[in-house]
Amino acid sequence: MCVPNDHHGRIGFRYKIRVMEKQNYTVSVYTENNLGLLSRIAAIFLKRHINIESITASQSEVHEVMRFIIIVEVTEEQVKKIVGQIEKQIEVIKAFYHKDDELIYQETALYKVRSSDFVQDFDIQSFIKKTNARIVTVSPQFFVIEKTGERHETEDLYDKLKPYGLMQFVRSGTIAVSKNEMPISEILEKFNTSNTIQ
Amino acid sequence: MEVKTAGFKEVSAKETVKVSGAEAVIKCLLAEGVEVMYGYPGGAIMPVYDEIYKYKDQIEHVLTRHEQGAAHAAQGYARVTGKVGVAIATSGPGATNLITGIADAHIDSTPMVCITGQVGSHLLGSDAFQEIDMVGLSTPITKWNYQVTKASEIPQVLAKAFYIARSGRPGPVLIDITKDAQFDSLDFSYKKCTGIRSYKPLPEVNLLQVERAAQAINNAKKPMIVFGQGVILGGAEQLLKEVIEKSGVPAAWTILGLSALETDHPLNVGMVGMHGNYAPNLLTNECDVLIAIGMRFDDRVTGDLNTYAKQATVIHFEIDPAEVNKNVQAQIPVLGDVKQTLKLLLEFLQPNSHEQWHNRFKELYSIEYEKIIKNDLSAKHGKIKMAEVLDEINTVSGGNAIIVSDVGQHQMVACRYAKFNATRSNVTSGGLGTMGFALPAAIGAKMGSTAREVVAIIGDGGFQMTLQELATIYQMNVPVKIVVLNNNFLGMVRQWQQMFFEKRYASTEMVNPDFTGIAKAYHLQTNKISERSQLKGAVEEMLASKEAHFLEVSVEKEECVFPMITTGASVSDIRLE
Repeated sequence: MCVPNDHHGRIGFRYKIRVMEKQNYTVSVYTENNLGLLSRIAAIFLKRHINIESITASQSEVHEVMRFIIIVEVTEEQVKKIVGQIEKQIEVIKAFYHKDDELIYQETALYKVRSSDFVQDFDIQSFIKKTNARIVTVSPQFFVIEKTGERHETEDLYDKLKPYGLMQFVRSGTIAVSKNEMPISEILEKFNTSNTIQ
Repeated sequence: MEVKTAGFKEVSAKETVKVSGAEAVIKCLLAEGVEVMYGYPGGAIMPVYDEIYKYKDQIEHVLTRHEQGAAHAAQGYARVTGKVGVAIATSGPGATNLITGIADAHIDSTPMVCITGQVGSHLLGSDAFQEIDMVGLSTPITKWNYQVTKASEIPQVLAKAFYIARSGRPGPVLIDITKDAQFDSLDFSYKKCTGIRSYKPLPEVNLLQVERAAQAINNAKKPMIVFGQGVILGGAEQLLKEVIEKSGVPAAWTILGLSALETDHPLNVGMVGMHGNYAPNLLTNECDVLIAIGMRFDDRVTGDLNTYAKQATVIHFEIDPAEVNKNVQAQIPVLGDVKQTLKLLLEFLQPNSHEQWHNRFKELYSIEYEKIIKNDLSAKHGKIKMAEVLDEINTVSGGNAIIVSDVGQHQMVACRYAKFNATRSNVTSGGLGTMGFALPAAIGAKMGSTAREVVAIIGDGGFQMTLQELATIYQMNVPVKIVVLNNNFLGMVRQWQQMFFEKRYASTEMVNPDFTGIAKAYHLQTNKISERSQLKGAVEEMLASKEAHFLEVSVEKEECVFPMITTGASVSDIRLE
């Protein structure tokens, strides 16, 4: 089939080919809170030699249900298969995958800087205003600054602070919520009513 | 138990008794209808063994000579009965020895519950004697696993274990029980598990998909069915037959689907895959609709995926959503238990015969017959060929035996040539390809199906991996028939060395012991033949015996199994020589 525009917006007549480009996918997994499930899920990635860029686990909006947020850089075909394998695990209630534009996502970074350098070289007030960062704690020896945002924002701040002697830096895994609905309660309700066949 | 309280409404009260965790394990097994378990005692599982002793009138325990044997025996039992096989072992090395069997059961979807002992919970993580992280080790090869550290968890966890092992796509479950949980007591009551909220064993059937599938089949000019073990696991053999007969679609099988449809059925067109039959492999790339039923497009079935059935509309009947579009894109996936979906499909199918198309299979079969089968079966000179042994067993048993094959050339020959009249008659290690599987699996198969003849077909290599189970056969008096096809080679590897490594036979030649001497030492009836003229008599004698019987057949040393789709080649590049 000849198309004037392929779906990457490249202009020109060309055949529409199957594109399997790697990109960031966010895998959200709703699970029972079960010991050992993390290693079960991690093993699915390991077996396929897929590097987990970040992983977080926390309570979800549903009582006693955990939510994992896993970021991987893979093709859509790969992520589909991974989600299939994850859903197969007994304690997994539901797994989804999303592209970046289908999500609201954030990371949190902490920066520990030497007070002496920081106070000397910075107009702290305007710095905090500009960067939307927050000072978590202040001591005569160090400041701890927190910044929440997208990766490029925490990286920008990293670049800004680096020259002033970053004593420590740490960034959390990505947490994300989807723009569309995640009907977990409905799914659980359905399990409860329909899932009693031997 | 329902308890009546004077004059008031009925109140349900659970019947509870105070028992030890170890006794609870046995009571759970009894409640699940377990008749036999296979295992090996040791320190961390001794409280359970003490209860096995006390309950020996109600439940049989088979002492294998190695835990791997216990796992394979449980698999053999599960494969012929459809029930959950049970294997039991101690912690540490006992548990790790189960691993191969668990992995085998996982990849071949065999329902199995493995129970392992574990060091006391206060010792967990201290590198105690015979402590091993069995839950960690078995995670990638179990459908579910769990470590019990409290006696009170035992009934619920075991109920869940059996439910998970047998429901949906079956698989192995491992339950690791600390020694203190075995010793401690609990108020025992047992309730069978009927559902787990996060687990959906049966996907909902989408009737529309079934209709679309039927429409594609009805409109097809050159349809072909490939069925796998899903048909057997779903108990859908009869339905499959009705689908085939009504639609007139030729049906081929994977090695785990073998015996779901009798060998002599006119629409049975043979085996697909690396050493499968010529016609179904070649015509996979000629058919217009490929109907996959309860199979998972293993690489040994498909060869090169980029050239596999590209011309065909693929319909995939499958219980496990993760298998759909995993290897082969299905235009019409039909999720569900094949027992449900095939029944629905049958309603929509139009009667057809596809005579011309069927003739294509016949033509290609005659090519394979002339080039391969004839020579395999009726050689006049040289040493006995493996296929002749299978053919003789077919003749004498009438196709009614359960054939348990090991892994290698003899396995491919057994699958190609063994004749089956009944389902659940072919027991082999398909996905994992575990050498040493057959001898212990045959023990389980025979115990699960005592009325039937069970013949283990084993190579000289694989036999030496688990031959210690001859002692189990003798001690338990299990009348299995053991055929060792001895070519003094690891035949399949040797074949590859011949074909792809210019006959550099690296570590494949075997200088073997006197096999009948070994079998004799285990007090078995034995026979050894090397001449064609002896074959008929030897097989007759073996199958007439009421006891375990060991037959060594000295076969052609450098035989190659053909047809063959070499690794990475397309099914249409199947080689006849």
